[in-house]
Amino acid sequence: MSESDRDDGVSRRRVLECMTWAGTGVLWTISGGVPHALGIMGEAQAQQAAQQTKSLTFLQLSDSHVGFDKPANPNALGTLEEAVAKVNALPQKPAFAIHTGDISHLSLESQFDDADRVISQTRLDVHYVPGEHDFLDPDQKFYRERYGRGSKGAGWYSFDANGVHFVGLVNVVDLKAGGLGNLGNDQLEWLQDDVKHLSASTPIVLFAHIPLWTVYPDWGWGTQDGAQALSYLKRFGSVTVLNGHIHQVMQKVEGNVTFHTARSTAFPQPAPDTAPSPGPMKVPDDQLRTMLGITDVTFKQNEQRLAIIDSPLKT
Amino acid sequence: MTLSSTARSACLAAALGAVSTLGLAAAALPGFAQSAPAAGAVSIDNFTFTPQTLTVRAGTTVTWTNKDDIPHGIAATGNGFTRSKALDTDDSYSFTFTTPGTYKYFCYIHPHMVGTIVVEAATGSNATP
Repeated sequence: MSESDRDDGVSRRRVLECMTWAGTGVLWTISGGVPHALGIMGEAQAQQAAQQTKSLTFLQLSDSHVGFDKPANPNALGTLEEAVAKVNALPQKPAFAIHTGDISHLSLESQFDDADRVISQTRLDVHYVPGEHDFLDPDQKFYRERYGRGSKGAGWYSFDANGVHFVGLVNVVDLKAGGLGNLGNDQLEWLQDDVKHLSASTPIVLFAHIPLWTVYPDWGWGTQDGAQALSYLKRFGSVTVLNGHIHQVMQKVEGNVTFHTARSTAFPQPAPDTAPSPGPMKVPDDQLRTMLGITDVTFKQNEQRLAIIDSPLKT
Repeated sequence: MTLSSTARSACLAAALGAVSTLGLAAAALPGFAQSAPAAGAVSIDNFTFTPQTLTVRAGTTVTWTNKDDIPHGIAATGNGFTRSKALDTDDSYSFTFTTPGTYKYFCYIHPHMVGTIVVEAATGSNATP
């Protein structure tokens, strides 16, 4: 996972240049097995894609950081409300949503309350995985109490929709000094067992907060044992990995696996190696909403592609 | 009566102060005698602990202050000292190191951030600034 990923800096950078600053939503179309990013689309294109697929469309929200109020975005709750308005205006209502973590900024009950109040306005069933910002309360219990019902361990689980197998993973607990995101042995064993009965033609969607692939280890953007998790999925024709954490769109296709990260609804972060640290990036006010957004994903039966549309709050 | 009691208290406080000052002076190398009660500071800025390695004498209270726009958390690698709560912008966390040793720590929110506190014996001849 590490060396080959790190060596393809040129193509990754090009992907970044092409994608990071462009759109706001990702439309995922799952068709047959190999997830495919249609790229950044305008709303007319998104509508067209949605009409063409007539199958499973779901939404990805990420990194709401409710409670964040620093210069990079003094009102993260406000931009989450804008994202929800955008969701509610989608031409095709998604079947459900996933949220790839950092719901809150500091794991305060009031922040989770605010997030729930706003996100519930989508009237979508939301499948959450936690970010590291969701486990900051002293007892690390608020996330699990609210979102962890029926999950295993720190909150991992799987479910099926339209023949697609979805797996929500937790890679933000028990982090080790000097390390990256961490799944841990219990979760890895569970994952191996969870997918072993599935036929190889079952499309798989893995979602977790921190990228499962090594994006930029100097900033901790990767998962220590992510490659181990992916090794259990080698026999599947279509694996899509959806992450957040890095507050920018990034995509990579490697064999049968498509990796994609979504924008935050709260604040942008710099592209790897373009700033002294990965901290919140202050951009001119009129650019902020072009760097925040939502993602939707459409799965089309009997096709090999997932269509991913990243839609910014503002183009 | 009241006055003399107050006076006695003041004397006692002064005496205690003198004792603790003496204690410090005795414990310190000459170069440390002028420095304030043992305190050390680590600043967290741009996802980096500065200084990366801080060397202090036993009994020193080390204070970490978060200057980033994102929370950080201090945890020992192993169980060397008590973990901080999440530190929001401008929040601080202090811990008094009484036992000599090398304490490696990291940010439990961003574990690629690591640092070290070296605690030297208060009266050791190897105590260096």
